[in-house]
Amino acid sequence: MKLMDLLTQALELIAALAAAPLFLGWVNQCRAWLQNRRAPSIWLPYRGIRKLFYKDAVIAEGASPLFRAAPYIVFGAMVLAAGIIPSMGTRLPFTIAADAIALVGLLATARVFQSLAAMDIGTAFGSLGARREMMVGFLAEPALLMVIFVASMISATTALPAIAENLATQQLALYPSLAFTAVAFMLVLLAENARIPIDNPATHLELTMIHEAMLLEYSARHLALMEWAAALKLFNYACIGFALFVPWGIATGADSPITLLASIPLLAAKLAVTGASLACIETMSAKLRVFRAPEFLASAFLFAVLGLLVHLLLGA
Amino acid sequence: MIDSALRACLVLVALWGLIGLLGLLRPLSIAFVARTLFPLGALCGLALAVVAAASLTAPTEQAVLAIGLPDLPMHVRRDGLTSLFLFLLGVTSAGISVFAAGYFRRGEGTAPGLLCLQYHLFLASMGFVLLADDAYAFMVAWETMALSSYFLVTTQHGIAEIRRAGFLYLLLAHLGAIAILLSFGVLQGGSWQFTFDAMRHAHLAPHWAAIAFLLALTGFGAKAGLVPLHVWLPEAHPAAPSPVSALMSGVMLKTAVYGILRVTFDLLGQPEWWWGLVPLAAGLFSAVYGIVFAAVQTDMKRLLAWSSIENLGIILAGIGLAIVFHGVNMNALAALALIAALYHSLNHAFIKSLLFLGTGAVLHSTGERNLGRLGGLIHRMPWVAWLTLVGALSMAGLPPLNGFVSEWLLLQAFLFAHEVPRAFIDMLLPLGAALIALSAALAAYVMVKFFGVIFLGQPREPALAGAHDAGVLERIGLAWLAAGCFVMGLLPTLVVGKLLAVVKALSGDTLTSAPGPWWLLVPLPERRASYSALIFLVALSGVVVLTVFAVRRVYHRRVRRVPAWDCGFGRLTPRMQDTAEGFGQPIRHIFVDFFAMTRELPSPFDTRPRYRVVVGDRLWKSLYVPVGALIQRIADAFAWVQQGRISTYLLYSFVTLIGLLALIL
Repeated sequence: MKLMDLLTQALELIAALAAAPLFLGWVNQCRAWLQNRRAPSIWLPYRGIRKLFYKDAVIAEGASPLFRAAPYIVFGAMVLAAGIIPSMGTRLPFTIAADAIALVGLLATARVFQSLAAMDIGTAFGSLGARREMMVGFLAEPALLMVIFVASMISATTALPAIAENLATQQLALYPSLAFTAVAFMLVLLAENARIPIDNPATHLELTMIHEAMLLEYSARHLALMEWAAALKLFNYACIGFALFVPWGIATGADSPITLLASIPLLAAKLAVTGASLACIETMSAKLRVFRAPEFLASAFLFAVLGLLVHLLLGA
Repeated sequence: MIDSALRACLVLVALWGLIGLLGLLRPLSIAFVARTLFPLGALCGLALAVVAAASLTAPTEQAVLAIGLPDLPMHVRRDGLTSLFLFLLGVTSAGISVFAAGYFRRGEGTAPGLLCLQYHLFLASMGFVLLADDAYAFMVAWETMALSSYFLVTTQHGIAEIRRAGFLYLLLAHLGAIAILLSFGVLQGGSWQFTFDAMRHAHLAPHWAAIAFLLALTGFGAKAGLVPLHVWLPEAHPAAPSPVSALMSGVMLKTAVYGILRVTFDLLGQPEWWWGLVPLAAGLFSAVYGIVFAAVQTDMKRLLAWSSIENLGIILAGIGLAIVFHGVNMNALAALALIAALYHSLNHAFIKSLLFLGTGAVLHSTGERNLGRLGGLIHRMPWVAWLTLVGALSMAGLPPLNGFVSEWLLLQAFLFAHEVPRAFIDMLLPLGAALIALSAALAAYVMVKFFGVIFLGQPREPALAGAHDAGVLERIGLAWLAAGCFVMGLLPTLVVGKLLAVVKALSGDTLTSAPGPWWLLVPLPERRASYSALIFLVALSGVVVLTVFAVRRVYHRRVRRVPAWDCGFGRLTPRMQDTAEGFGQPIRHIFVDFFAMTRELPSPFDTRPRYRVVVGDRLWKSLYVPVGALIQRIADAFAWVQQGRISTYLLYSFVTLIGLLALIL
């Protein structure tokens, strides 16, 4: 079934690339509904990206080659991550190249390049954004790693497809440890994707922005790639969450293409629910001051550690 | 043709000494010393690396040298562990020596010829530390290493601060040496034979073995910069000329790692599991402590020195974990943890040397060590900038470079630490992984600061406009080390295979199977965890190239260059950029309890406001200052003995004589 595996891999990549802006559009739409605003079209992110690609790139005079290379590297890293994370099927030939820990490393690579590019022009906002992004990064990474540890301990492997397969194929069992870690993962997801309460994707208020501050000097195709990459990152994080906690419906083993096709609507449903709950969280909470971020992520870490201890004590 | 690897290694180490002595022939000639002798030294290093790499799995060789005191010949021995660290020494010093050939100039403190002697003596003594097979030869080499590096640190001895740094270094080096000496004293186990062979066969009571281990850990820990014995490291490493800083951080610290491994797994033989908890805890603490301090530094070399403390902490944590696993007979995991520690030692040698040399090039070109006066050098010094970027990314632990591999291996080992059959410990050990992850993520923060502030942005000083790129020799040195980072990162299976042989010979632990085909690293097949840097790199560059091509093909490649937008504020000046202090501010805020901080804040009415924050080491104030004061008090109390009258001193002699007579009769 080698051909089938390759097909699954290609399908996943294309789905991620195509669906990531849609997922972002869906979250934005839900948020607008909840906030009693007229919702923008769900296709708006696509139009934005397409428009940006057509524009002339405007680059600051002091920009080095690193500045121009970074969007491609960040985008490439996110595409690569989409290839590693099992979202529809677990038989992915590419996943042997990287397990969950390497995936964390890959996401860190994207973050470092984005931060370096932000410092390249030498504006006050750029380096402010870079410093805050790296701060959130180093706070979130231990929590994320602990989450992965708990999931890996349950399945005795750090390979994401194996974790998803193990959870999806065994008899339905309740894992209290996974409940704790799921909460931790949710907090990490919010922080890493520049969502409220850590960052606000809709703001350009100088004092609070993190992610947007790093993109200020980008325009046209570079900005388009950065925004697409951000959408992919959110999509990837959602898929990591599905693989670790709710992998049911994912195509495992060498089944017929039917299960693979059947996993598509299931994935769409999971994404729809996740997007709606993201919008809920963002509507109900206020943005934290930047220096409350350590507390927020420390609680994520503690939830993950609780999950770990629960797993070690109860064995579940 | 030399048939014995041991003999070849000895000859090469002796050649280093000879090259050093040759430097005295024409001590003031840069053309002779720098352009001839240093490249020769680099060739020696290269040859040593080749010999050592070829003999990694060769059987152990021993020899007795006919030098030394009468009846006290020097024993030498070469086994897998020695070969591994000789390889590290040779391959790193080759790059550093080539760089040094282009780096040293006249008129900077010590005369070039003398510097050449000290430098090569330093190299030779490190080589001999690794080859020594008795306590006597080891201590001689160890002390030569400390002394020659002391003179190298104080190259610019005209500066009081550097003399102070050198003295602090010498002091802690000797405290460490005393602990090592005491450890050897325990290890001989009553046989009064100080060859390592005798120590291997000595039978120690469990508590004496533990004491020997702890003494060795203290002694070698002082050299490795283990917190709280780290205070000399951020002072001494930056004070030395950059190639020497590179040697000290990249190679000399590894002799401490070698020493700990030699004593624990070879001389003591059977370490107990709980010993491992000490280096594990100390290493994890050092890792976090070191990197937190690195994040708030404003001097680029000091930042790297603190980061060395972090890395040595990670290596020691790996060794500690290996001892724990070894003690509870979890052999595959013990091997994995030890491989991770050795791998990280190699990685750190390449990375830290590369980064220190990069700062050396910057320092020579700009005359600035302060991050707050640098910036924008990627335009002026592209070679140095891009090669240093390789080192910075490796140090940040990013795939597919080498720093990631060792961290990945260590985390894989930590992942199964909860299976250690000891209550409570099994729950605490996995949290160590979180600390490793925290220090790795903080390392990324530090490296973004390091690279971003030096090379990116706008030049913070007008003088930087005259900065020039490094010379050819310096570029070759940097490129050699950067290539090492790539090779070690892309072919991890090859490296792990070699390290596995070394570990197997050292501790008897081995993985359950070979670590996978050459392109895929699978250290624990039953866990299904695998990593392939090659696929990683190929896929990443494939996607990037494809994206570039597609974007240009489908759309266009038009670019306009305009002044920076900066939210339309206009009038952007270099002073508006983030400074090194500013970049460290979140760390000062979050880890406030780590620092002894003094702030000078201006009042609103100051006409010339001045803002200053000094970040000090809390351990210096709470540990070293009180101990120093105590010693001072004791010394003062004894001072009444010195009356200054000759009759009193004669009385002392008389009393002593009587006392001795009484003792004998």
